[in-house]
Amino acid sequence: MIPISAYLIVAAVLFGIGTVGVLISRNMIVVFMCVELMLNAANLALIAFSRALNIMDGHVFVFLALAVAAAEAAVGLAIVLAVYRNRETVNIDRFDMMKW
Amino acid sequence: MSLDVIIFVISAIVAVFGATMMIAQRNAVASVLYLILSLVAQAVLYIQLNALFLAALLIIIYTGAILVLFLFVIMLLNLRGSEELVDKSSSLGRVTKYLVSFLLVLELVFVVRSSFFPSSVGGGVMTSVKSTGFGSVEGVATLLFTRYLYPFELTSILLLAAIVGAVVMAKRERNATAPAPREDNVTEEVKR
Amino acid sequence: MADYLYLIPLFPLIGFLINGLLLGKLSRSMVNLVACASVAASFVVSLLLFFDLKSLPPDSRVIEQVLFTWIPSGTLHVNFGFLLDPLSAVMILVVTGVGFLIHVYSTGYMKHDPGFGRYFAYLNLFTFSMLTLVLANNYLLMFVGWEGVGLCSYLLIGFWFEKKSASDAGKKAFIVNRIGDFGFLIGMFLIFWHVGSLDFRVVMEQAPIVFIAGSGLVTAICLLLFVGATGKSAQIPLYVWLPDAMEGPTPVSALIHAATMVTAGVYMIARTNILYMMAPDALMVVAIIGAATALFAATIGLAQNDIKRVLAYSTVSQLGYMFLACGVASFTAGIFHLMTHAFFKALLFLGAGSVIHAMSEQQDMRYMGGLKKYLPITYITFLLATLAISGIPGFSGFFSKDEILWKSFSSANGHPILWAIGFVTAGLTAFYMFRLVYMTFHGKERMDDETRKHIHESPYSMTVPLMVLGVLSVIGGWIGIPHIFGATNYFEHWLEPVMAAGKHFAPVHTAAAESGGASTEWMLMILTVVFVLAAIFIAYLFYNKRTELATAWRQRLTGVHNLLLNKYYVDEIYGAIIVRPVINLSLFLWKVVDVVFIDGFINGFATMYDGSSEFMSKMQTGRVRSYATLFVIGVVILIAYMVME
Repeated sequence: MIPISAYLIVAAVLFGIGTVGVLISRNMIVVFMCVELMLNAANLALIAFSRALNIMDGHVFVFLALAVAAAEAAVGLAIVLAVYRNRETVNIDRFDMMKW
Repeated sequence: MSLDVIIFVISAIVAVFGATMMIAQRNAVASVLYLILSLVAQAVLYIQLNALFLAALLIIIYTGAILVLFLFVIMLLNLRGSEELVDKSSSLGRVTKYLVSFLLVLELVFVVRSSFFPSSVGGGVMTSVKSTGFGSVEGVATLLFTRYLYPFELTSILLLAAIVGAVVMAKRERNATAPAPREDNVTEEVKR
Repeated sequence: MADYLYLIPLFPLIGFLINGLLLGKLSRSMVNLVACASVAASFVVSLLLFFDLKSLPPDSRVIEQVLFTWIPSGTLHVNFGFLLDPLSAVMILVVTGVGFLIHVYSTGYMKHDPGFGRYFAYLNLFTFSMLTLVLANNYLLMFVGWEGVGLCSYLLIGFWFEKKSASDAGKKAFIVNRIGDFGFLIGMFLIFWHVGSLDFRVVMEQAPIVFIAGSGLVTAICLLLFVGATGKSAQIPLYVWLPDAMEGPTPVSALIHAATMVTAGVYMIARTNILYMMAPDALMVVAIIGAATALFAATIGLAQNDIKRVLAYSTVSQLGYMFLACGVASFTAGIFHLMTHAFFKALLFLGAGSVIHAMSEQQDMRYMGGLKKYLPITYITFLLATLAISGIPGFSGFFSKDEILWKSFSSANGHPILWAIGFVTAGLTAFYMFRLVYMTFHGKERMDDETRKHIHESPYSMTVPLMVLGVLSVIGGWIGIPHIFGATNYFEHWLEPVMAAGKHFAPVHTAAAESGGASTEWMLMILTVVFVLAAIFIAYLFYNKRTELATAWRQRLTGVHNLLLNKYYVDEIYGAIIVRPVINLSLFLWKVVDVVFIDGFINGFATMYDGSSEFMSKMQTGRVRSYATLFVIGVVILIAYMVME
């Protein structure tokens, strides 16, 4: 049998890669995708815990997380569209006028 | 090595590989495709964890809906991997970012490996599933419509709000001839 | 009728509100009408109430009207009420009567001044405050009037505030008065602390029960109240503001700084007479300060050349007499002199105003002379007042001053030395007053031709009040003719009920001394009159007949003359030992404590926050990715911390 920690480590690594992507990518859409990846890493951890504890509540959480991710994607992409229409770019570093 | 372990190792490697390639790509379309790869591998891991229904959902919702939406937007905006989108921050900054992320992963692994969790959860070997229905549609649905009924119903409101929000956000402003004064401020700001 | 008591202060208040709120909207004649009519109405009500009071039997001559509860706070319960008894009746008659005449006079005097509306508003406010002061039925309300007259005094001294000297004089008067007020307040607190009430009647009733006669406590209260009196009534050491107060318009000097406000201290002591009777030590201090002030100010008056300054020092000196009277437990004599002084000193000031008016604002007597033939009415009335203040028999000042002198000799609290000081002062008073008359109205005309052309007698609005006051200066004393002339001293009988309670504490041997002293009294009186006449003759010699004599004496006594001319350098001494250190301390507090420490502290904080926010704002690039990086760093640190736990 595979120990649960193996799945958790995979989830942690995926989460870390997602973090790196968020931090270094300048493309707004890629950043967005990395956030999705981090979300799924968390989902994986939830499923693993659920399996380890033999309780199915974790599955419900993941189900809800998927619904939230869908909503988030819809709104987020709408924002990307609106921003692009205004500024003709998706470079996240160009949106810095909210400072000070 | 049992078959389980082989499947786990392969799918774990594929998932990590897909994620890595996703952030390494300059072309957004390629990134999306690599993300799909990673997600499919994760779905395999779900199945290994007896989460059959969620594995199906993951593929249907993510690859079938969300990532298609991504692709759609990318196509719509006609984005190409332009020079502008390459990270030009200083090497020190970039090293910091990698280092921080690496530390984060290390910490998470440390937490997983340590006796932070109760022994039944931690490194211990998983017990066999209690019932045959674990992870099935029926099992998930039973919980959803009993204990988690209200959160489930609230999800529908969230989705409704998201639809309305997305429509409002993405709507092109009708009065294109007279630009809103806010836009002037924005350009001023940018010039400065 | 008694219900109309509140009308007396109300009328001037209405006058003040009309003139003050409609400032610049009313025509000159309208302002004059409002101002004079309001005070006249007060005077009429005062007269009616006076006769009302007179019709009552002597022992029940008290009318108290409580309008409302002013401060109901725990044990402190203060009513807003007025008290009319023989003492305050005298005061309101003087205040409204003389006040009315001076209002009328002012209509002529201020005819050409653009600030007439403001002037009359202040004057009415003053009248209101003064009436509140004398009619108050408790110490706190009295203090309100006390502060009110102080405020009006400040406003009117600095009336021509474009002149720096005038606004400085106003500030000086205000600050010096504050020092006195402080003493008054503390005294008032002590009374409340021990008696539990500030109501005059309660205090008078309770005083013999609560306090032990001659104890340190009652002496302290009396001395503290007296500190207030020295401030308001210009006694040593707080008299310095009064001579400077002459910067104000002359009618103001007449009303506020001669006739009414400055006598508030005397009134207050007379009102509190029972406490003073219980504190012989305090009485002695009052007597000594009064006598010293009388002599001191009179000597300064000898050498002054400014006509109003001579009168100002004369006022200080005469107030000294009043305190001398109070100090020898003869409050009646003090109030009597207060009243006669109000008549003749107001007249002197108004006459001086008339002279100044005629002389195109020239106040230096060295440039006057021979005005007798230009200003006949002013001259005659002025002469009457001078005779009165000098104490020529038959004039009002004679009776009041003689009574003070006799009482200072014969009273149990008196002393021959006090009498001697008063005696010398009487001579000096006669001398400097006649010096003033001779220098102003007699002798060579020393003004330049331009001024001479413009000399004219004042209009009727100014001369009629002079004449009325002239009559009062002559006959005002006849209501208080001493017993030895065989007449009844109406004034003493009138005030008797107010003073009765205090009499209880007077030492016993007085009666014997007085009965056996009729011949002594005659002798002292004649002595004084002769001395005064001699002083007048010397003044005649020096300043009319043989002016070279005055010059010769002045040269012989240069040192003394300079000392007197410079008012004993008191202002300079005060400047050196009080004002200068205070200014230096203030400068230190400002430049070092405030600017360096307090400002430095606060500005240091501001700079610190400014700098740190400058640094922080650099971190705030506006870029999402750097925020995310910081966020992740935070998460890493947090998890590390939790793991370490």
